[in-house]
Order: sequence, then C-alpha cells, then structure tokens
Amino acid sequence: MDMPKIDKNIRKLSIIASKGSLDMAYPPLILANAGRMAGVEVNLFFTFWGLDIITKKKMDHLNVSVVGNPSMHPSFHIPTLVGVIPGMSAMASWMMRKEIAKLDFPPVGEFIELLTDAGAHLYGCKMSMDMMKLTKADLVDGAEVLGAMEFIEMSEGGQIIFV
Amino acid sequence: MSDVLAAVKFDAEGFMVDPNAWTKEIAEAIAAREGMVLTERHWVVINFARDYFKKNGESPTPRNITKNSDVTTKELYELFPGGPAKLAAKVSGLGKPHGCI
Repeated sequence: MDMPKIDKNIRKLSIIASKGSLDMAYPPLILANAGRMAGVEVNLFFTFWGLDIITKKKMDHLNVSVVGNPSMHPSFHIPTLVGVIPGMSAMASWMMRKEIAKLDFPPVGEFIELLTDAGAHLYGCKMSMDMMKLTKADLVDGAEVLGAMEFIEMSEGGQIIFV
Repeated sequence: MSDVLAAVKFDAEGFMVDPNAWTKEIAEAIAAREGMVLTERHWVVINFARDYFKKNGESPTPRNITKNSDVTTKELYELFPGGPAKLAAKVSGLGKPHGCI
C-alpha cells in the first residue's frame, strides 16, 4: 500500500489544549516544544479547562483527577472508592509531579516560559475567557487573546493537534 | 559546495555519519551550507555538544544545553533559528538528538 505523501514544506503546527488536569497539560506542551526544537512554527490555543495551563493563578496548581480516570498508570492507580477520600487527588498529583521532574520536564509554569522563549505563540480562547470571567491580565506574560475563527485561519496550511 | 565537505559522509537528513571525523573546519562548512556564520556563542554550544557526546555517547537536547551552559533558551533559538535541536547537532557533527525536551 502506498504511504500518504508528506509535504515537507508544511512547517507549521497548531495545538489546541482543552484539558486542564495535570496529566492532560503535558502532552500539548511537550508536542509544542518538540515542534520548536525542530524549527517548526508553533501556535497553541488554550480553550475551556485548557485555559488553566496559561492562567497565572492556576498553572502551577494543576491536579490529577483520581476518580473516573481510567488511564492511571499502575504505579499511580487509585481505585475509585479510595479516590473519594479527601487528599487522594493531591497525593496523586504530588506523585505525578515527582515523576515528571525525574524525566527533567519542568513544572507547568516554567514549561510555558520555556515555550515562549523558544518562540511558540500562546493564545487564550476568547469565548472560554469570557465564560470564566478572565482577562488578558490573568494570563501568563506573552499570551494573547484570540477568537476560535482567527485561530483556525492562522492554522491554515499546517497541522492541527487537539488535546 | 565547499571542498571541506566533499569527503564527509552525511545521512539522508544531513547529519554526519561518523562524529569522530568532525573538525572545526567541517563545522564552519556545514554552518555555511545551512546559511549560518558561526560566532563565539555558537562555539559555546558546539563545544558543549561535543563534550556532552564524549561523555554520554549521544547528542544533547536543547534542555541539556540550556541547563548546563550559560546559553539561555532564547539565545539558543536565536543562534539556531532553523531549530536548535537538529541544527546544533548537525554543525557539531553529531546525530539527531532523541530526547523529547
């Protein structure tokens, strides 16, 4: 079977981050960084709960949900009935932060700074911000506010990843 | 194309096949081929990369470089605008770095 042809001229990557839990914050950041490392233009759009990743007050306090999270790695696994005990989410988050640090991935706030320094562009979704009563001042330095339509237009001709 | 590179073997992506065959003259020639002129600051990165390779047997990733030298992320991207992970490795005569950060 023929493999689909890859257009080597496409050097643009758009990533939509829609989840704000600790385990779902890292994939878009890691992919964005990998893109910049390879010299690809990267635009990140933070929407709905994903906005927490670039909200100054929240970015370094993201948590892992232990209840109803079927994908927990065995070493982190906490049964749902145990997960409802107060403090379980904090403990799981602490464990995950430790594991992330072991792999030399920075905490979310530092990771965002790394991405801005690397030239990735960060955008907060205007509609989500209105809904959560956030303004540009609540976002990390360097982040802009953008409508979904403008982001789609910006992404034209590149690759899009939704997380 | 520069004479210096005539005898040098590269893989399909332009990374040197044998890191031990690398010389400073080759670095200058690869940089020229990539449209860059090497400055003192590029050499800080290249020397670090060569040293890192000697110790670890692989190319450093951008985070390895910025955490262990005085080159910041911003500067690294300014020095290697086409993507620091690959460009720094190419100029340093090393293979593609495999780390994710």
